[in-house]
Formats: sequence, C-alpha cells, structure tokens
Amino acid sequence: MAGYTVRRLLLVLVVLAAVSLLVFAITAILPGNVAHLILGQFAPPDQLKALELKYGLNDPVLVQYWRWASRFVSGDFGTSILQSRPVAPLVAEALQRSLVLTLVSFVFIATIGITLGVIAALRHGRPLDHGISIATYLGIAVPEFFWAIVVIMVFAAWLGWLPASGYEPIATAGFAEWGKHIVAPVMTLVFGHLAHVSRLTRSSMIEVLQSPYVMAARAKGLPERVVVVRHALRNALLPSITVLALDIGRLMGGIVVIETVFAYPGLGRLLVFSIQSRDIPTLQASILAVAAIYALANLSADLLYAFLNPKIRYGRSIA
Amino acid sequence: MAAALPDIDARPAGKPWPLQLKIGFAIVATIVVLSLLAPWIAPHPWDTISIRTRFRPPSATYWLGTDDYGRDVLSRLLMGGRLSLAMGLGATLVSVAIGVPVGLAAGYFRGWIDEVLMRAADILMAIPAIMLGLLVLAVTPPALWKTALAVGFVYIPPIARVTRAVTLGLASEEFVQAARARAESSAYILFAEILPNAWPPLIVEASLRVTYAILLGSALSFLGLGAQPPSSDWGLMISEARAFLDRAPWIALAPGLAMCLLVIGINLMGDGLRERLDPRLKSRLAKT
Repeated sequence: MAGYTVRRLLLVLVVLAAVSLLVFAITAILPGNVAHLILGQFAPPDQLKALELKYGLNDPVLVQYWRWASRFVSGDFGTSILQSRPVAPLVAEALQRSLVLTLVSFVFIATIGITLGVIAALRHGRPLDHGISIATYLGIAVPEFFWAIVVIMVFAAWLGWLPASGYEPIATAGFAEWGKHIVAPVMTLVFGHLAHVSRLTRSSMIEVLQSPYVMAARAKGLPERVVVVRHALRNALLPSITVLALDIGRLMGGIVVIETVFAYPGLGRLLVFSIQSRDIPTLQASILAVAAIYALANLSADLLYAFLNPKIRYGRSIA
Repeated sequence: MAAALPDIDARPAGKPWPLQLKIGFAIVATIVVLSLLAPWIAPHPWDTISIRTRFRPPSATYWLGTDDYGRDVLSRLLMGGRLSLAMGLGATLVSVAIGVPVGLAAGYFRGWIDEVLMRAADILMAIPAIMLGLLVLAVTPPALWKTALAVGFVYIPPIARVTRAVTLGLASEEFVQAARARAESSAYILFAEILPNAWPPLIVEASLRVTYAILLGSALSFLGLGAQPPSSDWGLMISEARAFLDRAPWIALAPGLAMCLLVIGINLMGDGLRERLDPRLKSRLAKT
C-alpha cells in the first residue's frame, strides 16, 4: 500500500509537470507575445523592446520555461494582465468559491445518487427502476449548459423563485441570499452527474441482494430495512465510493460551463475569462489549479479503492 | 467500454436488429437527412435579418418561431445541424486518424514504444477534456474547424487505448505470425493484417466518440470558442438565446431539444451496435 501510494503521488507530480509544460508551450507560441498584449496593437517599437528585455522574452524557450516554472513553484504566479493584481490571490479566491460549489453539489450527488441506486435495485425491473434509469440518463446524456438554460427558464424566468445568475458573498449578504444564488448551479451540476453513482450503486446492490449472506440475514427474520441498510448497502458501497471520488474530478470540468452560464465568479469563469481576454498569467495559474484538483481527485479515488478493498490492501502485487 | 474483444464476428448472419439500434438509427438518420437537405428544405433563409418579424412565437409560418434578429429558428436549426454533425464527424476522424496508428504501434511493438505512448495518453487523460479543448483554442481566434481539431485532439487517447487493447489480442493470432514468418514489413502487418480485423470494435467506439465530440464541441461553441456568429451551430444558438429566455424561450429550446435527440439517438445506436456485435458485452455493460 505504501509503495503504491508513493508511486501514485509521483504520477500526480509527473502529470502536473506535463500540464505545466503544455500550458507554457501553448502560451509561448501565442501570436504576439506578452509585451504586445500589455502595450496593445499600436505599441512603439522601442517600448516593446524594453518590455521584451524586461520579461526575458528573447531568451530560449526552455530558459523561459525554467524561469516561469521556478517562480511558479515558489508561489509567485505573476500579475494578471487584465486586472493588474497578483494572480495568486485572484485564483485562490475563485478556487475557494468553486470548491464550495463543487462540494455542495458533491454532497447532494452522493446522497441522492446512492438513494436512487438503492431504490432502483429494490424495485429491479419495475417501472420505478426504469424511470430512475431514464431520468439519470437524461441528466448525463444532454449537455450541462442545456440543463442550465432549462433551470433558468423554469425557476428564474417562469416561477421567479431564484435569481437567474450572479453571486452574493455569505459574509456580506447573509446565508439566505448566498443560498438563493447557489441553488440553480448546484441543481444543474447534481442532475448532470447523478447517473454514474446511481447506476453503479444499483448494479452492485442487485448483486449483493442476491448473495448468500443477505439471504441468511433475511432467513434470520431481520427486518427488511436492517437487511438492506446494514448488510447489503455497506458491502455494495465500495464501487460507489470510488466513482464518487472520480465525480469530484468531473465536477471540476463541469464548473467551466456552469459558472459561465450562471455568472458565478469561480475558477471556471476566471479561466474562460482569461482565455477570452488573453490574460496569460491568470490562464496558466487557473488551468494548473484545475488540473491539480482533478489529479488529486483521481488519486484519492484510486487510493480509497485500494484502501477499502481488502484484496488490494493485503495483497502485495499491484500494478 | 475499453474492453473490446478481438474475436468479434463482424456480421452475425440474419440476426435481427435490437430494438434500441432501430430506434437510435431512425432518430439519427432523420436528423442527418434533414440536416443534409437543409439548404433545400429550410422554409426560410437562415440568415436574413428582418426587424419586423422579431420574437415571433411558433406559428404556421414559423414552425419554431423567430429569434431576436427575426430569423426563422427552424431554418437556422437545420443549417446548424450540418455544422454540429460536421464538427463531430471531423473531430472523430482526427482522433481516429491519429489514435488508431498510435494504438496499433503500442499494442504491436510493446516494450518502450508502448510505455511512452500510453503514459503520454495517461497524461492527456489526466486533464479535464473541456480544459484541454480550451487550452488548445486559447492560442488562436476561434473558428469551427479549429474547434473540431481541438476536440479531435482531446479524444485521441481513448481511441488509442481501445485500438491498443484490440491489437494486443490480434498480435498473437496465427495470421499475424504467418505474416511475420513471410517477413512482411511491420507497416504491412499493422495496416493490412491487423487493422482490417480490428475495425468492428473500433467503429463502435468511434461512433460513440461522435456523441462526445458533438457535446464537447457544442460546449466550446457555447463558450464562444467554436462557430462564430452569424452561423447557427447549436451550441452557439443556445448561447445567443440566453438573453431572451424569459420572452422567447423557443429560441433556446429548439436547438437544445434537437441536441438531446441527437445524443440519445447516437447513444441508443452505440448500445445496440455493441449488443449486436458482441452479446457477451451486454452483461458487462449493465454493471457500469
């Protein structure tokens, strides 16, 4: 287990290094370098030259990468071109809001998804089972931005219960206002991600419910609820937990679109914004932040699975 | 999904089509045909701006209503279908054109070639797909063909993996050994011996990738990094309709529902194809 953990951690570092290379390479081949971006289209050549010298833009690319990467590792993410503030607090703020959005959605995905999976398994093959399959399938098959639009249409335009977009900080506007603004994006994210958990819980529950020990528990005369929750569900949850950890990664991909639609000032919106406005330092930092969380979520999925599965925990050989 | 079996009989003679394959095929075929015929069957010009017909709700003249520029939504939808389909197919062609040779090489040569190629694939898959697309598109001014390229690039690793898995199984078959004994070149063995036998599972995989490609491409278009106005890509149409959700919801609903139908149709088709090509997969699919 220890060796496996170390190896997986190393892989995360390799991935992040590769992502940073990719990010740097792509931003380095941008037509018109940072100096052009800062000074604009009609910059006088002598000022351009001075700025290029200042940022070392004429050095070999590898030297530039090394300089950028070592600054990055030491926590200096540079200055946002658009907002002329240091990138680090900008990204940290956005990241914090995105994490709140992700975690709230995650809690609902986990509870609703597992509950739906259990219900579907108990009603295996009946109309309710099919209904749950179709509903969760629709959530995942149809692009998230379409559901976002539907949510806005129904809850903001038609019913008028929720604001169509925006964000209110909990500190100044209070819990109620904050909550109102977060409901719509959370609803969209939850609906779009239920299918994996509920389908997996359903299939492993069906399998477990047919196993001898569940039959034994039933034969003992235990109430059905105890059999389902204590005996069956506990053992059926292992794969669900792994897929849930993967969902955190998927959510990080989902926030890009969802935050843009709902004008939620998180990492995803910052990323799209920095691409549209060619704000390279912000772009680099926010992509790396997303990649890091994505990689860590996948890592924890693997580790959780290895830890929870006795066959792997006690086994010596693992790829 | 990645586990494609090498010994699939491509044409199980006389077996009836599974129901979902029929339904999926009907949906997809309808959308494809209507989109292809768009320039001839569209009831109105798709790009003619007319102030007098703004925000008309669906009626006998404008079946799906008109948008904020007074353009017929149905005509735009049909024209946009061509863009979305072309983008999805183009992207998938890109990922197949690169992913298949990579997977063939990795599965056939094994050793360090396999190791290098598959680790590179791991790294690409360790970034959220939409992020990778954004990153690629960040470089240049957006255009639909660039979106297709970016999306195709994003889906190279999964195609390469499936190809590799199939190749691994085929490489030890007798006909490959016979070709090797004849001292055929590696390129000949890969493309003339292994590839023709690897097609069935690859086609299924690729057909599913088209869905993902359309979804990702429309998301990128939605974010403004794909098709540019005044073209009527479905993602772009939905994006532009956002401002009028309260007064003219049909502008957003039409392309949204069309996309739902297309995605569901392709998925049904993929599931049906898989079941028909290999019944053993069915039980495994039910578990995921």
